Amino acid sequence: MNDIDEIVKGIYLKEPRAIGRAISIIEDGDQRAGAILKQINAKSIQDSTIVGITGPIGTGKSTIINQLIAHYRTQGGRVGIVAIDPSSPVSGGALLGDRIRMMRHAMDKDVVIRSMATRGKQGGLCASAAAAVRIMICSGCNPVIIETVGVGQAEIDVVGLADITVLVLAPGAGDEIQVMKAGIIEIADIVVVNKAECPGADSLIMELENVLHQRNCAVCRVIAREAYGIENLATAIGKIDRERRKSGQFTGKRKQIRETEIIDCAIEMMRDEIRSRLQECPGNYTGDPRAIARKLIDDICVTELDMLKRKRPEVFS
Amino acid sequence: MDIQRCRGRVLIGKPGLDGHDRGAKIIARSLRDDGFEVIYTGIRRTPEEIALTAIQEDVDAVGLSVLSGAHNELFPEVLRALHQAKGGDIPVIGGGIIPREDIQHLKELGMYEIFTTGTPVQTILNTFREATERYRQKKHKIP
Repeated sequence: MNDIDEIVKGIYLKEPRAIGRAISIIEDGDQRAGAILKQINAKSIQDSTIVGITGPIGTGKSTIINQLIAHYRTQGGRVGIVAIDPSSPVSGGALLGDRIRMMRHAMDKDVVIRSMATRGKQGGLCASAAAAVRIMICSGCNPVIIETVGVGQAEIDVVGLADITVLVLAPGAGDEIQVMKAGIIEIADIVVVNKAECPGADSLIMELENVLHQRNCAVCRVIAREAYGIENLATAIGKIDRERRKSGQFTGKRKQIRETEIIDCAIEMMRDEIRSRLQECPGNYTGDPRAIARKLIDDICVTELDMLKRKRPEVFS
Repeated sequence: MDIQRCRGRVLIGKPGLDGHDRGAKIIARSLRDDGFEVIYTGIRRTPEEIALTAIQEDVDAVGLSVLSGAHNELFPEVLRALHQAKGGDIPVIGGGIIPREDIQHLKELGMYEIFTTGTPVQTILNTFREATERYRQKKHKIP
Protein backbone atom coordinates (compact mmCIF):
# COMPACT_ATOMS: atom_id res chain seq x y z
CA MET A 1 0.00 0.00 0.00
CA ASN A 2 2.56 2.57 -1.06
CA ASP A 3 1.74 3.40 -4.66
CA ILE A 4 -0.15 6.69 -5.08
CA ASP A 5 -2.56 5.42 -7.72
CA GLU A 6 -3.28 2.34 -5.67
CA ILE A 7 -4.05 4.49 -2.63
CA VAL A 8 -6.29 6.90 -4.56
CA LYS A 9 -8.16 4.03 -6.18
CA GLY A 10 -8.45 2.35 -2.78
CA ILE A 11 -10.05 5.46 -1.26
CA TYR A 12 -12.86 5.38 -3.82
CA LEU A 13 -13.22 1.61 -3.36
CA LYS A 14 -13.69 2.21 0.40
CA GLU A 15 -10.63 0.14 1.31
CA PRO A 16 -9.76 0.80 4.97
CA ARG A 17 -6.04 0.28 4.34
CA ALA A 18 -5.94 2.93 1.61
CA ILE A 19 -8.01 5.45 3.58
CA GLY A 20 -5.85 5.01 6.68
CA ARG A 21 -2.60 5.25 4.76
CA ALA A 22 -3.70 8.33 2.81
CA ILE A 23 -4.46 10.20 6.02
CA SER A 24 -1.07 9.20 7.50
CA ILE A 25 0.74 10.40 4.41
CA ILE A 26 -0.83 13.83 4.72
CA GLU A 27 -0.52 14.00 8.49
CA ASP A 28 3.18 13.10 8.47
CA GLY A 29 4.13 15.46 5.65
CA ASP A 30 5.09 12.65 3.29
CA GLN A 31 6.14 14.02 -0.11
CA ARG A 32 3.32 12.09 -1.80
CA ALA A 33 0.67 14.12 0.08
CA GLY A 34 0.19 16.68 -2.68
CA ALA A 35 -0.25 14.06 -5.38
CA ILE A 36 -2.95 12.28 -3.39
CA LEU A 37 -4.88 15.41 -2.44
CA LYS A 38 -4.81 16.59 -6.04
CA GLN A 39 -6.55 13.44 -7.18
CA ILE A 40 -9.34 13.32 -4.66
CA ASN A 41 -11.86 15.86 -5.73
CA ALA A 42 -15.26 14.31 -5.89
CA LYS A 43 -18.53 16.00 -6.59
CA SER A 44 -19.65 14.24 -3.43
CA ILE A 45 -17.74 16.83 -1.41
CA GLN A 46 -20.54 19.31 -2.13
CA ASP A 47 -23.24 16.78 -1.27
CA SER A 48 -21.86 15.69 2.06
CA THR A 49 -22.32 17.41 5.38
CA ILE A 50 -19.51 18.09 7.84
CA VAL A 51 -20.66 18.24 11.45
CA GLY A 52 -18.36 19.60 14.15
CA ILE A 53 -18.90 18.43 17.72
CA THR A 54 -17.16 20.53 20.33
CA GLY A 55 -17.42 21.22 24.04
CA PRO A 56 -15.54 21.06 27.33
CA ILE A 57 -13.73 17.97 28.62
CA GLY A 58 -15.95 15.16 29.83
CA THR A 59 -19.31 16.50 28.64
CA GLY A 60 -19.91 13.42 26.50
CA LYS A 61 -18.81 14.34 22.98
CA SER A 62 -17.53 10.86 22.13
CA THR A 63 -20.55 9.15 23.66
CA ILE A 64 -22.92 11.39 21.68
CA ILE A 65 -21.00 10.63 18.49
CA ASN A 66 -21.20 6.92 19.28
CA GLN A 67 -25.01 7.25 19.38
CA LEU A 68 -25.14 9.48 16.31
CA ILE A 69 -23.18 6.84 14.37
CA ALA A 70 -25.77 4.23 15.36
CA HIS A 71 -28.54 6.59 14.25
CA TYR A 72 -27.02 7.32 10.84
CA ARG A 73 -26.18 3.66 10.32
CA THR A 74 -29.81 2.56 10.82
CA GLN A 75 -30.64 4.96 7.99
CA GLY A 76 -28.06 3.25 5.82
CA GLY A 77 -25.49 6.04 5.63
CA ARG A 78 -21.74 5.58 5.75
CA VAL A 79 -20.25 7.73 8.51
CA GLY A 80 -16.80 9.22 8.93
CA ILE A 81 -15.37 10.42 12.24
CA VAL A 82 -12.24 12.47 12.82
CA ALA A 83 -11.63 12.38 16.59
CA ILE A 84 -8.99 14.77 17.86
CA ASP A 85 -7.14 14.66 21.18
CA PRO A 86 -4.28 16.86 22.38
CA SER A 87 -0.59 16.14 21.82
CA SER A 88 1.76 16.49 24.75
CA PRO A 89 3.80 19.67 24.38
CA VAL A 90 6.56 17.95 26.35
CA SER A 91 6.98 14.56 24.65
CA GLY A 92 5.02 14.99 21.41
CA GLY A 93 3.03 11.92 22.35
CA ALA A 94 -0.70 11.61 22.83
CA LEU A 95 -3.27 9.27 24.26
CA LEU A 96 -6.05 9.00 21.72
CA GLY A 97 -8.96 7.66 23.70
CA ASP A 98 -12.11 8.90 21.93
CA ARG A 99 -12.39 5.70 20.00
CA ILE A 100 -12.92 3.61 23.11
CA ARG A 101 -16.50 5.00 23.32
CA MET A 102 -17.14 3.96 19.74
CA MET A 103 -15.77 0.42 19.83
CA ARG A 104 -19.19 -1.11 19.24
CA HIS A 105 -18.82 0.07 15.64
CA ALA A 106 -15.35 -1.43 15.25
CA MET A 107 -16.54 -4.27 13.01
CA ASP A 108 -18.70 -2.03 10.83
CA LYS A 109 -16.87 -1.30 7.58
CA ASP A 110 -19.12 1.69 6.92
CA VAL A 111 -17.96 3.51 10.02
CA VAL A 112 -14.62 5.12 9.30
CA ILE A 113 -12.94 6.42 12.45
CA ARG A 114 -9.59 8.16 12.61
CA SER A 115 -8.04 9.38 15.86
CA MET A 116 -5.72 12.33 15.39
CA ALA A 117 -3.46 14.31 17.72
CA THR A 118 -3.26 18.11 17.60
CA ARG A 119 0.53 18.04 17.00
CA GLY A 120 1.05 21.57 18.22
CA LYS A 121 -2.00 23.21 16.71
CA GLN A 122 -4.12 25.31 19.06
CA GLY A 123 -7.84 25.90 18.67
CA GLY A 124 -9.15 22.37 19.15
CA LEU A 125 -8.23 20.85 15.77
CA CYS A 126 -5.18 19.38 14.05
CA ALA A 127 -3.62 20.68 10.86
CA SER A 128 -4.64 17.70 8.72
CA ALA A 129 -8.26 17.48 9.88
CA ALA A 130 -9.65 19.10 6.72
CA ALA A 131 -7.74 16.73 4.44
CA ALA A 132 -8.84 13.71 6.49
CA VAL A 133 -12.45 14.86 6.15
CA ARG A 134 -12.10 15.13 2.39
CA ILE A 135 -10.57 11.67 2.10
CA MET A 136 -13.47 10.23 4.09
CA ILE A 137 -16.02 12.02 1.91
CA CYS A 138 -14.37 10.62 -1.21
CA SER A 139 -14.68 7.14 0.27
CA GLY A 140 -18.43 7.69 0.46
CA CYS A 141 -18.92 9.03 3.98
CA ASN A 142 -21.85 11.35 4.60
CA PRO A 143 -21.94 12.86 7.12
CA VAL A 144 -18.43 13.29 8.43
CA ILE A 145 -18.24 14.21 12.10
CA ILE A 146 -15.28 16.08 13.58
CA GLU A 147 -14.77 15.75 17.32
CA THR A 148 -12.56 18.49 18.72
CA VAL A 149 -10.36 18.21 21.78
CA GLY A 150 -12.05 19.18 25.02
CA VAL A 151 -12.26 22.96 24.63
CA GLY A 152 -12.51 25.96 26.91
CA GLN A 153 -14.40 29.08 25.99
CA ALA A 154 -12.73 30.30 22.86
CA GLU A 155 -11.37 27.41 20.79
CA ILE A 156 -13.56 27.94 17.78
CA ASP A 157 -11.45 26.61 14.91
CA VAL A 158 -13.96 23.85 14.24
CA VAL A 159 -16.47 26.46 13.11
CA GLY A 160 -14.11 27.24 10.26
CA LEU A 161 -14.12 23.63 9.12
CA ALA A 162 -17.63 22.29 9.73
CA ASP A 163 -20.91 23.11 8.00
CA ILE A 164 -22.76 22.76 11.27
CA THR A 165 -21.26 23.15 14.74
CA VAL A 166 -22.75 21.42 17.76
CA LEU A 167 -21.65 22.56 21.23
CA VAL A 168 -22.01 19.90 23.94
CA LEU A 169 -22.42 21.09 27.52
CA ALA A 170 -23.27 19.29 30.73
CA PRO A 171 -24.76 20.62 33.98
CA GLY A 172 -22.56 21.34 36.93
CA ALA A 173 -19.98 23.63 35.36
CA GLY A 174 -20.64 27.10 36.66
CA ASP A 175 -23.51 29.53 37.07
CA GLU A 176 -25.58 31.49 34.56
CA ILE A 177 -22.72 33.93 33.97
CA GLN A 178 -20.91 31.16 32.07
CA VAL A 179 -23.57 31.01 29.37
CA MET A 180 -23.54 34.79 29.05
CA LYS A 181 -19.85 34.95 28.20
CA ALA A 182 -18.57 35.61 24.71
CA GLY A 183 -16.94 32.89 22.64
CA ILE A 184 -17.94 29.53 21.36
CA ILE A 185 -21.47 29.74 22.66
CA GLU A 186 -22.18 32.55 20.22
CA ILE A 187 -21.25 30.65 17.10
CA ALA A 188 -22.63 27.17 17.76
CA ASP A 189 -25.57 26.19 15.55
CA ILE A 190 -26.97 23.72 18.06
CA VAL A 191 -26.30 23.51 21.78
CA VAL A 192 -26.70 20.10 23.44
CA VAL A 193 -27.21 19.73 27.15
CA ASN A 194 -26.00 16.21 27.83
CA LYS A 195 -26.42 14.29 31.09
CA ALA A 196 -29.85 15.90 31.19
CA GLU A 197 -30.95 13.61 34.03
CA CYS A 198 -28.41 15.22 36.36
CA PRO A 199 -29.25 18.01 38.83
CA GLY A 200 -28.87 21.46 37.31
CA ALA A 201 -29.81 20.42 33.79
CA ASP A 202 -33.19 22.15 33.77
CA SER A 203 -31.82 25.49 34.90
CA LEU A 204 -28.93 25.23 32.43
CA ILE A 205 -31.40 24.62 29.60
CA MET A 206 -33.52 27.56 30.72
CA GLU A 207 -30.52 29.88 30.86
CA LEU A 208 -29.33 28.71 27.46
CA GLU A 209 -32.75 29.23 25.91
CA ASN A 210 -32.77 32.75 27.32
CA VAL A 211 -29.44 33.54 25.76
CA LEU A 212 -29.93 31.70 22.49
CA HIS A 213 -33.53 32.34 21.45
CA GLN A 214 -32.67 35.64 19.78
CA ARG A 215 -30.54 33.97 17.19
CA ASN A 216 -32.70 30.93 16.61
CA CYS A 217 -30.24 28.39 17.98
CA ALA A 218 -31.72 25.04 19.01
CA VAL A 219 -31.10 23.62 22.48
CA CYS A 220 -31.27 19.79 22.62
CA ARG A 221 -31.75 17.80 25.79
CA VAL A 222 -29.73 14.58 25.59
CA ILE A 223 -28.83 11.62 27.78
CA ALA A 224 -26.19 10.12 25.52
CA ARG A 225 -25.61 6.98 27.56
CA GLU A 226 -29.26 5.96 27.00
CA ALA A 227 -29.48 7.40 23.46
CA TYR A 228 -32.20 9.75 24.72
CA GLY A 229 -32.57 12.83 22.52
CA ILE A 230 -30.22 11.60 19.82
CA GLU A 231 -32.94 11.44 17.19
CA ASN A 232 -33.95 15.00 18.03
CA LEU A 233 -30.37 16.10 17.65
CA ALA A 234 -30.02 14.36 14.28
CA THR A 235 -33.28 15.96 13.14
CA ALA A 236 -32.04 19.40 14.21
CA ILE A 237 -28.79 18.86 12.29
CA GLY A 238 -30.70 17.72 9.20
CA LYS A 239 -33.08 20.68 9.36
CA ILE A 240 -30.28 23.26 9.49
CA ASP A 241 -28.48 21.46 6.67
CA ARG A 242 -31.56 21.50 4.40
CA GLU A 243 -32.37 25.14 5.16
CA ARG A 244 -28.84 26.30 4.47
CA ARG A 245 -28.57 24.40 1.22
CA LYS A 246 -31.85 25.97 0.08
CA SER A 247 -30.88 29.50 1.07
CA GLY A 248 -27.40 29.31 -0.43
CA GLN A 249 -25.82 29.81 2.97
CA PHE A 250 -24.22 26.38 2.59
CA THR A 251 -22.20 27.43 -0.45
CA GLY A 252 -21.04 30.57 1.32
CA LYS A 253 -19.95 28.54 4.32
CA ARG A 254 -18.06 26.10 2.11
CA LYS A 255 -16.24 29.00 0.47
CA GLN A 256 -15.28 30.19 3.93
CA ILE A 257 -14.11 26.68 4.90
CA ARG A 258 -11.93 26.58 1.82
CA GLU A 259 -10.44 29.96 2.62
CA THR A 260 -9.64 28.86 6.15
CA GLU A 261 -7.90 25.72 4.93
CA ILE A 262 -5.83 27.52 2.31
CA ILE A 263 -4.75 30.29 4.69
CA ASP A 264 -3.83 27.70 7.35
CA CYS A 265 -1.81 25.73 4.81
CA ALA A 266 -0.04 28.84 3.54
CA ILE A 267 0.93 29.93 7.05
CA GLU A 268 2.09 26.40 7.86
CA MET A 269 4.26 26.33 4.73
CA MET A 270 5.82 29.70 5.55
CA ARG A 271 6.54 28.89 9.18
CA ASP A 272 9.79 26.95 8.70
CA GLU A 273 11.11 29.41 6.13
CA ILE A 274 10.39 32.36 8.41
CA ARG A 275 11.94 30.63 11.39
CA SER A 276 15.18 29.77 9.60
CA ARG A 277 15.55 33.30 8.20
CA LEU A 278 14.81 34.74 11.64
CA GLN A 279 17.47 32.59 13.31
CA GLU A 280 20.04 33.38 10.62
CA CYS A 281 20.52 36.96 11.75
CA PRO A 282 21.24 37.84 15.41
CA GLY A 283 20.02 41.39 14.72
CA ASN A 284 16.50 40.04 14.51
CA TYR A 285 16.44 39.56 18.26
CA THR A 286 16.39 43.27 19.06
CA GLY A 287 14.04 46.02 17.95
CA ASP A 288 10.37 46.05 17.02
CA PRO A 289 9.11 42.48 16.34
CA ARG A 290 6.43 43.76 13.99
CA ALA A 291 8.92 45.57 11.78
CA ILE A 292 11.19 42.52 11.71
CA ALA A 293 8.26 40.30 10.71
CA ARG A 294 7.52 42.70 7.84
CA LYS A 295 11.16 42.63 6.74
CA LEU A 296 11.28 38.81 6.80
CA ILE A 297 8.14 38.55 4.66
CA ASP A 298 9.50 41.14 2.21
CA ASP A 299 12.80 39.22 1.99
CA ILE A 300 10.99 36.00 1.20
CA CYS A 301 8.95 37.71 -1.53
CA VAL A 302 12.09 39.19 -3.11
CA THR A 303 13.85 35.80 -3.11
CA GLU A 304 10.86 34.16 -4.74
CA LEU A 305 10.67 36.91 -7.37
CA ASP A 306 14.36 36.51 -8.20
CA MET A 307 13.90 32.78 -8.57
CA LEU A 308 10.95 33.27 -10.88
CA LYS A 309 12.91 35.77 -12.98
CA ARG A 310 15.65 33.25 -13.47
CA LYS A 311 13.30 30.34 -14.19
CA ARG A 312 10.91 32.13 -16.53
CA PRO A 313 12.53 35.31 -17.88
CA GLU A 314 9.87 35.61 -20.59
CA VAL A 315 7.29 36.67 -18.00
CA PHE A 316 9.30 39.79 -17.21
CA SER A 317 10.44 40.84 -20.66
CA MET B 1 6.56 26.76 21.36
CA ASP B 2 8.37 24.10 19.45
CA ILE B 3 6.54 20.84 19.69
CA GLN B 4 8.32 17.51 19.63
CA ARG B 5 7.68 15.37 16.59
CA CYS B 6 5.60 12.29 17.22
CA ARG B 7 7.57 9.06 17.06
CA GLY B 8 4.79 7.01 15.58
CA ARG B 9 1.31 5.70 16.12
CA VAL B 10 0.70 2.55 18.14
CA LEU B 11 -2.40 0.64 19.18
CA ILE B 12 -2.56 -0.82 22.68
CA GLY B 13 -5.32 -3.32 23.30
CA LYS B 14 -6.38 -6.30 25.29
CA PRO B 15 -7.85 -9.18 23.32
CA GLY B 16 -10.04 -11.77 24.97
CA LEU B 17 -11.92 -11.80 28.25
CA ASP B 18 -9.09 -10.84 30.59
CA GLY B 19 -9.89 -7.53 32.27
CA HIS B 20 -6.61 -6.83 34.06
CA ASP B 21 -5.62 -3.63 32.31
CA ARG B 22 -3.13 -2.00 34.69
CA GLY B 23 -0.22 -3.24 32.61
CA ALA B 24 -1.74 -2.11 29.32
CA LYS B 25 -2.50 1.32 30.75
CA ILE B 26 1.02 1.74 32.15
CA ILE B 27 2.48 0.83 28.76
CA ALA B 28 0.06 3.19 27.00
CA ARG B 29 1.07 6.06 29.25
CA SER B 30 4.77 5.29 29.02
CA LEU B 31 4.53 5.26 25.24
CA ARG B 32 2.73 8.61 25.32
CA ASP B 33 5.50 10.05 27.49
CA ASP B 34 8.04 8.66 25.04
CA GLY B 35 6.45 10.62 22.17
CA PHE B 36 4.10 8.04 20.67
CA GLU B 37 0.51 8.63 19.69
CA VAL B 38 -1.32 5.81 21.44
CA ILE B 39 -4.72 4.54 20.36
CA TYR B 40 -6.09 2.73 23.37
CA THR B 41 -8.92 0.32 22.60
CA GLY B 42 -9.61 -0.88 26.12
CA ILE B 43 -10.42 -4.36 27.37
CA ARG B 44 -12.36 -7.33 25.99
CA ARG B 45 -11.69 -6.82 22.30
CA THR B 46 -11.92 -9.53 19.70
CA PRO B 47 -8.84 -10.11 17.52
CA GLU B 48 -10.85 -8.85 14.53
CA GLU B 49 -11.80 -5.61 16.29
CA ILE B 50 -8.15 -4.99 17.13
CA ALA B 51 -7.03 -5.74 13.57
CA LEU B 52 -9.63 -3.53 11.89
CA THR B 53 -8.92 -0.68 14.30
CA ALA B 54 -5.18 -0.98 13.62
CA ILE B 55 -5.86 -0.74 9.88
CA GLN B 56 -8.24 2.23 10.12
CA GLU B 57 -5.82 4.08 12.34
CA ASP B 58 -2.85 3.04 10.18
CA VAL B 59 -0.69 2.34 13.23
CA ASP B 60 3.03 1.57 13.07
CA ALA B 61 2.85 -1.19 15.71
CA VAL B 62 0.29 -3.09 17.78
CA GLY B 63 0.85 -3.89 21.46
CA LEU B 64 -1.23 -6.66 23.03
CA SER B 65 -1.53 -7.51 26.70
CA VAL B 66 -2.84 -10.85 27.92
CA LEU B 67 -2.55 -12.04 31.53
CA SER B 68 -5.09 -14.84 31.46
CA GLY B 69 -3.01 -17.58 29.84
CA ALA B 70 -4.85 -17.40 26.51
CA HIS B 71 -1.88 -15.85 24.68
CA ASN B 72 -1.19 -18.98 22.59
CA GLU B 73 -4.67 -18.62 21.09
CA LEU B 74 -5.20 -14.85 21.07
CA PHE B 75 -1.85 -13.58 19.76
CA PRO B 76 -1.92 -15.82 16.64
CA GLU B 77 -5.58 -14.86 16.09
CA VAL B 78 -4.67 -11.17 16.00
CA LEU B 79 -1.83 -11.92 13.57
CA ARG B 80 -4.25 -13.84 11.37
CA ALA B 81 -6.90 -11.10 11.49
CA LEU B 82 -4.29 -8.46 10.64
CA HIS B 83 -3.04 -10.52 7.76
CA GLN B 84 -6.57 -10.95 6.46
CA ALA B 85 -7.16 -7.18 6.65
CA LYS B 86 -4.03 -6.54 4.53
CA GLY B 87 -2.05 -5.44 7.59
CA GLY B 88 0.19 -8.46 7.97
CA ASP B 89 3.27 -6.24 7.82
CA ILE B 90 2.42 -4.32 11.01
CA PRO B 91 4.71 -5.43 13.88
CA VAL B 92 2.83 -6.95 16.82
CA ILE B 93 4.39 -6.91 20.28
CA GLY B 94 2.94 -9.02 23.07
CA GLY B 95 3.18 -8.89 26.83
CA GLY B 96 1.74 -10.55 29.88
CA ILE B 97 2.14 -13.61 32.04
CA ILE B 98 3.75 -15.82 29.42
CA PRO B 99 5.80 -18.94 30.17
CA ARG B 100 9.31 -18.92 28.72
CA GLU B 101 8.63 -22.04 26.67
CA ASP B 102 5.82 -20.32 24.72
CA ILE B 103 7.90 -17.35 23.60
CA GLN B 104 9.91 -19.01 20.85
CA HIS B 105 6.79 -20.53 19.34
CA LEU B 106 4.91 -17.20 19.32
CA LYS B 107 7.85 -15.43 17.68
CA GLU B 108 8.02 -18.12 15.03
CA LEU B 109 4.35 -17.43 14.29
CA GLY B 110 5.22 -13.79 13.61
CA MET B 111 5.14 -11.91 16.90
CA TYR B 112 7.79 -9.17 16.81
CA GLU B 113 8.68 -9.57 20.49
CA ILE B 114 7.19 -11.02 23.67
CA PHE B 115 7.67 -9.48 27.13
CA THR B 116 7.00 -11.17 30.44
CA THR B 117 6.23 -9.56 33.79
CA GLY B 118 9.17 -7.80 35.39
CA THR B 119 10.53 -6.39 32.14
CA PRO B 120 11.83 -2.81 32.62
CA VAL B 121 9.57 -0.29 30.83
CA GLN B 122 12.57 1.18 29.02
CA THR B 123 13.26 -2.20 27.38
CA ILE B 124 9.69 -2.28 26.08
CA LEU B 125 9.90 1.33 24.86
CA ASN B 126 13.14 0.59 23.02
CA THR B 127 11.50 -2.30 21.22
CA PHE B 128 8.54 -0.12 20.20
CA ARG B 129 10.97 2.56 18.97
CA GLU B 130 12.87 0.08 16.89
CA ALA B 131 9.78 -1.64 15.46
CA THR B 132 7.96 1.59 14.57
CA GLU B 133 11.04 3.25 13.12
CA ARG B 134 11.62 0.33 10.82
CA TYR B 135 7.97 0.25 9.80
CA ARG B 136 7.79 4.00 9.17
CA GLN B 137 10.85 3.88 6.95
CA LYS B 138 9.00 1.51 4.65
CA LYS B 139 5.75 3.43 4.94
CA HIS B 140 6.86 6.98 4.31
CA LYS B 141 8.75 9.11 1.88
CA ILE B 142 9.63 12.14 3.97
CA PRO B 143 11.48 14.86 2.08
